[in-house]
Amino acid sequence: MGNPYLPYPVRIDEIITETEDKNLKTFKFVFLNPADEQAFKYEPGQFAELSIAGKGEIPIGIASSPTETGFLKFTVNKVGLVTSHLHNMSVGDVMGVRGPLGNWYPLKELEGKNIVIVGGGFAFTTLRSTIVYLLQPENRSRFGDITVIYGARTPGMLLYKDELAAWEQRSDIHMHITVDRADDPTWKYNVGFVPAITEQKAPSAENAVAIVCGPPIMIKFTQPVLEKVGFTPDTIIMSLEMRMKCGIGICGRCNLGTEYVCKDGPVFTLAQLNNLPKEY
Amino acid sequence: MTSVIIAKSKLNDFLASLKSGYQVLGPVRQGDMIAFGPVNKAEDLALPYSNTRLSIKSVFFPQSERMFGYSLDKEDADAGIIKETPKEYPNRVVLGLRPCDAKAVTLVDVNMDNPQFQDPWWVKRRETTTLIGLGCEHPCSTCFCTSMGSGPFDETGLDVLLTELPDAYLAKSLTPKGDQLLKQAKGTDAASPANEKTAAEIKTKAEQTLPQLDTAKLKDKNMMELFNARFWERVQFACINCGACTFLCPTCWCFDIQDEVSKKAGDRIRNWDSCMFPLFTLHGTGHNPRDHKVQRVRQRFMHKLKYYIDKYGDGPACVGCGRCVQACPVNIDIRNVITLMNEYQTSAGTKA
Repeated sequence: MGNPYLPYPVRIDEIITETEDKNLKTFKFVFLNPADEQAFKYEPGQFAELSIAGKGEIPIGIASSPTETGFLKFTVNKVGLVTSHLHNMSVGDVMGVRGPLGNWYPLKELEGKNIVIVGGGFAFTTLRSTIVYLLQPENRSRFGDITVIYGARTPGMLLYKDELAAWEQRSDIHMHITVDRADDPTWKYNVGFVPAITEQKAPSAENAVAIVCGPPIMIKFTQPVLEKVGFTPDTIIMSLEMRMKCGIGICGRCNLGTEYVCKDGPVFTLAQLNNLPKEY
Repeated sequence: MTSVIIAKSKLNDFLASLKSGYQVLGPVRQGDMIAFGPVNKAEDLALPYSNTRLSIKSVFFPQSERMFGYSLDKEDADAGIIKETPKEYPNRVVLGLRPCDAKAVTLVDVNMDNPQFQDPWWVKRRETTTLIGLGCEHPCSTCFCTSMGSGPFDETGLDVLLTELPDAYLAKSLTPKGDQLLKQAKGTDAASPANEKTAAEIKTKAEQTLPQLDTAKLKDKNMMELFNARFWERVQFACINCGACTFLCPTCWCFDIQDEVSKKAGDRIRNWDSCMFPLFTLHGTGHNPRDHKVQRVRQRFMHKLKYYIDKYGDGPACVGCGRCVQACPVNIDIRNVITLMNEYQTSAGTKA
């Protein structure tokens, strides 16, 4: 019986500072033991515990896509003890990754549908995983239109800027990038909050599913907009954040009604969330 | 399944034979309290007793436990790699626990040992531990086990059930583990039909002394309507969030994971935690989904008495041991909360 609390050892292979405030960095990890990489089979939307000896563990959404092999990527906001320590670590340092954990965006069940992705701020990580997965040539033909609405406070606070620019050039994905305010005169995309841009672009709800991930305030105001254009609680999919420890539904911390967010979530439809206590 | 008699005069023979194959734990006196501790001879057992202060859960799930270890010495090739540390799982017997505690262990099994994930330490200790329960001839005033699907002579989760007769214990084996233990044990004699009859009478008499709470309606209540009920404000009013209830409760299993470092090495440890504490759910951003005391008090009762039932189709996750009733410094009584929940109707008069 494998010990589900024991992390796989990994080495930091690359660190990318994503945002102008330097508070968000993407860490690329490679497994020390190739067999561990084989065991770590994941889907877009899942998360893992990043585990640092002497500091602790943090649950972070997986930003890489299962279609990218040889490494894992996580984008981490500097907030507390473990994330601050991680931000000070260097390429070559050894730490742990435990997972994959939780459920995922049900992309296999969504084949044949149009996908609308709505993201805000640094919650874009598992959405990046999803987009990379959807755009993989053998996957792309299985889905209808793909629309992405992604916003950050300023142009400098957007994640994955090079990839966003590349996706903008493609004809098989409709990108609507927006910022709350543009201090850059050369900014050529949208300006406005995510709910307002969603209303303006009014993605069709016809045969479509919306995957929404962002700060609570964005979700609060985006939800009515999506419902106005015809999305229903069954076709709005969201991912929750909770304080977690074990990540496997045992330690009790992320309990929400009948669900453990770490194991039964973090991905829920709005219909499911409507029947759960709003304690998240 | 067999029954034997252990004469009180032969209890030391019985114990001595157990000790040749098992570590023996039982209720022993620790200061003013009774706790599970090593038992070497019959006189060590704190008999008669009502119940231990802390429940059986620490035997399988210690309050603090080292999970892993690691080196932080940069000179060390394995620095920063978290590793399993060897643990011992001797064959153990817990002698004389109360049936409610054994029932509670089976309720926690559902969480610790589920189809998807197994807590390795809980599972190993469960496998290597044999439970010999002692039926309660005289339940306490705070006991309500028969209302919660258990009882003073409940056999759930036990390998052997003892019933105290005037000069002996009737030992009834309930599992293959129990059979094996009784087969190897010394100091036992064949039980007579008269012994069995006396034990059955003691059981019936004890059950009759217990109050009966109605819990039948909990299952069909709407979870969100109970969640939104106004009575939580009254229930939580006096609570000081001390967490005593959660620590004493045999079915509270929540824990925290922390790293502790000394010089160039460290341990990952887990500690019992409590949903009564604000830190339990505090996000790194400062957001706290259960910021208010009423939310935390509601969480504890709803988890035991509604979420568990709805999630597993079993429960409730309370065995009526009454420890929380006895220990609560402000007299919050789960029996009253059960009745409030069971009888709750929405003001609209719809089926709640």
